[in-house]
Amino acid sequence: MAKKVGTEASFAVADAVKLANVDVIAAYPITPQTHIVEKLSEYVADGELDAEYICVESEHSAMSACCGSSATGARTFTATAGQGLELMHEVLTIPASSRLPMVAAICNRALSGPLSVWGDHSDLMGVRDTGWIQIIAENGQDVHDLTIAAFKISEHKNVLFPVMIHMDGFHLTHVIEPIIIMDQEDVDKFLPPFEFDNKLDPHYPVSQGTYAPPHIYPEIKKAQDVALVNSKETIKNIFKEYGDLFGRYYNPVETYMADDAETILVTMGSFSETATLAVDKLRDEGNKVGLIRVRLWRPFPFEELRDAVKSVDSLIVLDRAISYGGPAGPLCSEIRSALYQEKKRPQIISFISGLGGRAIDPEHFESMILHGQEVAQSGSNNEYEILGVRE
Amino acid sequence: MLSWKDIPRGAIVTTPGSAKEYRTGDWRSQRPEWDLAKCIKCGLCYIYCPDASIGWNDDGYPLWDEYHCKGCGICACECWTKAINMVEETE
Repeated sequence: MAKKVGTEASFAVADAVKLANVDVIAAYPITPQTHIVEKLSEYVADGELDAEYICVESEHSAMSACCGSSATGARTFTATAGQGLELMHEVLTIPASSRLPMVAAICNRALSGPLSVWGDHSDLMGVRDTGWIQIIAENGQDVHDLTIAAFKISEHKNVLFPVMIHMDGFHLTHVIEPIIIMDQEDVDKFLPPFEFDNKLDPHYPVSQGTYAPPHIYPEIKKAQDVALVNSKETIKNIFKEYGDLFGRYYNPVETYMADDAETILVTMGSFSETATLAVDKLRDEGNKVGLIRVRLWRPFPFEELRDAVKSVDSLIVLDRAISYGGPAGPLCSEIRSALYQEKKRPQIISFISGLGGRAIDPEHFESMILHGQEVAQSGSNNEYEILGVRE
Repeated sequence: MLSWKDIPRGAIVTTPGSAKEYRTGDWRSQRPEWDLAKCIKCGLCYIYCPDASIGWNDDGYPLWDEYHCKGCGICACECWTKAINMVEETE
């Protein structure tokens, strides 16, 4: 039986990886990802998980080892954060192009400099265009469920892409909360063994990761992009299957009090749960506010987003990363772009806050929404505003 | 030429050894020429060739693979009897 226990979100990731019965873990420890890989190395050392734990010397090597592992048909996992994800970056595009399934837990951390081990989405935005499926978790239950679902998504014959599960460093990874830890029998029913028809096999030799001259490279890239866009339907189906089996449903765009809302706050990640408190309070005061959270970051859920905001007057988009000198926060830029062709377009306000681990409390969310409504009324010359910074 | 729809998933290459069909020798701007009178069949050119473009003929002399030699000149540099000369490609 699945059992609700008080545990840390990082351990819930490790337990999900154990339940998924992975074959290979290659990872290098980095704050705030360490508790995930420490727990997994314990499971392997204690014989509770029959897997190879490869202690690599860097994240670049971790991702390289994961590519090799996946290519042999082994179920593969890694985890990293911030600078580690940056060091991994050069190799990240390769499993996406070579269509090598694997799951990576990314414990979102601000990028240097200045050095920060605390959370924001600058590392997440830095890997936006690596070709991975990217799913955002908001709480400990999410990280557990979505890690299990991620293996099924990644290895599904209609998908075969690597998957990142993003979770906020510290604000989520280090939180202890009641989490339903899945039962092995249930996971085994949901997640079939990894059968990879492209795997390296001496009886059927293939070359992977070859180079591509100009006469073939663009065709390969278009095929990759079309496949990633098309993976959205399978991702939705697997989310639905998970919900039907276990009662917890996940959606590419999650909504809260959004149906009749005139103003909608758009967020991503664990801060969304705090934002619901501000929405509740403003609703009590008669302010028709709602909240939507982008759960599926890649492939981007265009239809679901357009549907969720079709009758709203203004959108306030919170980014936790700066696109220095750019048009807005990166999430806001994409939302503007997604809605630009719509006949009825809401006002779209870009706010950036919560950088480098700075908390956004419910009262901050409340004033952010009220300020956004003012800006929507009066207009602004700013492309974006950075909020919660001392003047 | 393949359409994007025909690209094997992950752009894998399913025909072993198919790289030899790609004539990288087309990139060459210089070609090695052997003066067999000076060649002592030591095999250094064969060992140093980074593209495996030097083999052997029946008499034990180096056999040049013009389809894959990129003209790097390492063989000429390493040949200690100066039996290899790099000359400009004219075609």
